[in-house]
Amino acid sequence: MADNTDNNVKAPVLDVQELGIDFGGLTAVNDLNMQVYDGEIVGLIGPNGAGKTTVFNLLTKVYNPTRGRIIFDGKDTAGKTVVDINKAGIARTFQNIRLFGNLTVLDNVKTGFHNVIPYSPITAILRLPKYYASERDIEEKAMDLLKILELDQFAYVTASNLPYGAQRRLEIARALATDPKLLLLDEPAAGMNPQETAELMDMIRFVRDHFKIAILLIEHDMKLVMGICERITVLNYGMMLAQGTPEEIQSNPDVIKAYLGD
Amino acid sequence: MQFLSYLINGLGLGSVYAIIALGYTMVYGIAKMLNFAHGDVIMVGAYIAFFSLTRFGLPFPAAVLAAVLVCTTLGVVIERLAYKPLRQATSLAVLITAIGVSYFLQNGAQILWSSSSKVFPSVISAGSISLGSASVSYLTLLTIVTCIVVMICLTAFINKTKTGSAMRACSEDKGASMLMGINVNRIISITFAIGSGLAAIASVLLASTYPSVYPTMGSMPGIKAFTAAVFGGIGSIPGAFIGGLILGIIEIFAKAYISTQLSDAIVFAVLIIILLIKPTGLLGKKINVKV
Amino acid sequence: MKNITSIFSLSGDKKKRGRLYSFAIVIAAYIIIEILLNTGNLSSLFKSLLVPITCYVVASIGLNLNVGVSGELNLGQAGFMSVGAFCGICVSGILANTVTMPVIRLVIAMICGACLAALFGFVIGIPVLKLQGDYLAIVTLAFGQIIKSIFMNAYIGFDEDGLHCSFVEATFKLKQGGKMLLNGPMGATGTQKIASFSVGIVLILIALFIVYNLMFSRSGRAIMAARDNRIAAESIGIHISSTKMLSFVVSAFLAGAAGALYGLNYSTLVPNKFDFNTSILILVFVVLGGLGNMTGTIISTVVLMLLPELLRSLQDYRMLIYAVVLIMIMLVTNNEWLKTKVKVITNRKAKGGASNG
Repeated sequence: MADNTDNNVKAPVLDVQELGIDFGGLTAVNDLNMQVYDGEIVGLIGPNGAGKTTVFNLLTKVYNPTRGRIIFDGKDTAGKTVVDINKAGIARTFQNIRLFGNLTVLDNVKTGFHNVIPYSPITAILRLPKYYASERDIEEKAMDLLKILELDQFAYVTASNLPYGAQRRLEIARALATDPKLLLLDEPAAGMNPQETAELMDMIRFVRDHFKIAILLIEHDMKLVMGICERITVLNYGMMLAQGTPEEIQSNPDVIKAYLGD
Repeated sequence: MQFLSYLINGLGLGSVYAIIALGYTMVYGIAKMLNFAHGDVIMVGAYIAFFSLTRFGLPFPAAVLAAVLVCTTLGVVIERLAYKPLRQATSLAVLITAIGVSYFLQNGAQILWSSSSKVFPSVISAGSISLGSASVSYLTLLTIVTCIVVMICLTAFINKTKTGSAMRACSEDKGASMLMGINVNRIISITFAIGSGLAAIASVLLASTYPSVYPTMGSMPGIKAFTAAVFGGIGSIPGAFIGGLILGIIEIFAKAYISTQLSDAIVFAVLIIILLIKPTGLLGKKINVKV
Repeated sequence: MKNITSIFSLSGDKKKRGRLYSFAIVIAAYIIIEILLNTGNLSSLFKSLLVPITCYVVASIGLNLNVGVSGELNLGQAGFMSVGAFCGICVSGILANTVTMPVIRLVIAMICGACLAALFGFVIGIPVLKLQGDYLAIVTLAFGQIIKSIFMNAYIGFDEDGLHCSFVEATFKLKQGGKMLLNGPMGATGTQKIASFSVGIVLILIALFIVYNLMFSRSGRAIMAARDNRIAAESIGIHISSTKMLSFVVSAFLAGAAGALYGLNYSTLVPNKFDFNTSILILVFVVLGGLGNMTGTIISTVVLMLLPELLRSLQDYRMLIYAVVLIMIMLVTNNEWLKTKVKVITNRKAKGGASNG
């Protein structure tokens, strides 16, 4: 029997084709080609200002591309809004933490279930049976997510009072609540000490295995990147510099030059 | 033609709104607060000018000077006592405090000077000049000229003087300004002083045009000038100028061609329409948030 | 790490208790006042304030939903009250002969007023959604002024031919035996007073029911998420426009019901009553009671409405004192030095409580 279980035959969950964006006279991203397959953990690295977060903003429709296409789950994402793309299955965390500061940790995660377990405002106001059933479901699923991200002891803490590392994990929990097919993590380990980073690596791997999703992450911490990413794309000045496995990237002279200079 | 005289009268009214709007926009740009009491400072200015002219029999320029001095002092005192302690508070808290100050001024005026209207003496001779087919009263002319002079002087002050650049720096980034050695407290006080001084000038022009002086006279012009400032782009000085002029023109045209009773509604309706087309006001800058 | 939970506060139970307190306060107040009324212990001044206070409490609860929960500065709440008031007066006037029981007519008028105000809220919400911050505030202010202008120029009446309505006095003609409902700037005159304090109390309870049920639900979380971080809320699939619209319409609905009750409490009512100053008054009630805190709103509204009356003995100076009191309260509650002091005390309390439980 012929074995055609190559990645090349299976369609990628994210297919970026010749993606480019100009801001006035500045080209922030140019001619980017990249694929992410189901269940993969892919890294997006590059020096500061390379355009990594811009790529995330393009994928989540915060910006609209000037050139190129983004195919997600087999469908072209052109014309979609930020809200649409999340409903389609892309969730993200932010480089500068964006939590709902006045809500508790548990409520932050519960907001993520907004479109996953919906019910109307009338149901809420009249406290119809669907309200109670839905809220029980949301509470249970939210607590599960908190446990996975080791935030359950903070459940009733106001989000703005959380320690920094916990805030980053909360963003991940909230993004996961939206039931995504692709999770974009923007510097999830920023500001973490080595032990927190090691725990985070285990969490990310667990999340991928448990929820069976693809993960694309931006990171500067090379130990994390090389430790959990199966493939890496290197960006420099908005263009792809190299793509490959961690070993290939680590020994690539162009990459070394980009990071360390001549 | 009627059109031209309406236009010029609109410019006249708009000039008053523009001068008042400058006070709102400068304070907002630098202290990041809505000085709700600004309209009532105008009222105080009108009363001071009134008493200077009638009870003390001062000549017109002296009356204006008296109003300017009192209003400037009042503005700085209010800032120091009521707004400065709330620099770190939410903008809503400062707004409510400003409302308290406004009520205080209105009711204080009512107690001191009674709520019955006083008639502001006419100091500008009643003649007029003809501009083409329209006749323009001396008062309207004076109002428009004053506004232009104020604009020129203020723009020169902001762009050419050291204090002016300090003010521009504070409106961009107070923290960085402090690190650059700018005395932010002094700059904010100066801003209030200038705004209140301008309010005094506007008050005299307003009281000359609509000669009744009463404790709540500053309320409606204040609201309108505030909407003019937002309309032109809050924080932008040219925006306040243009916003005020356009608002005045719209109001006069609405009174003339549509209905006096509905003129206010029309002014506000036009404002809403413009803001829908350009959500940050005519000359307002869109603040780009880093995602 | 383990001690952090003891420092921070608010389990779900505590929030529930807070909600029950507000219902309890309202019911307790009602019982006390009814007793005082029946034993003839209330001054006529206080009696005349009963219905207006309930109206302003409901309008303030609605505004708190806008400002406190949704984070939008609405400077036109009085406009929605006026829509409810004049709609309610018209409905009551029209139904005067068909629905003779005053309470039923009152309730119908209030529902009509609330629904019309909610419709206005929806229509106004459409342009308002596009704006943010101060620009949104200005547009709500502008709409409040426009609504006032509309009612200043509205002539509505009905006779044997049906309902007549005009915006120009000259073209308005009413047959003999017809009833004038709204007379332009003179507003409504000769209104049958059918408002009642009990209905007002029930309205407050309904308002609390609606607002709390909304706040503690999926919609409430979405509204608060949109308030706390718009960009993040969009990224998890929340339509910011929908959340803003929801809070606007519910707030307008409540203001409309309150307005109808208010309008049917007086035999004459002028459109000028619902001006910018009234909108600001309601805003002050909300801010002083605490943004998002409905119990606080009830208390602050009652206190601030009674204060000028209690100071009546000081005659002309009372509004001045009111203004000074307002400024003092704002300075004291927003000064950083005092704020940190309060935090330390409440932390000590929570720490002590948690370690016992």
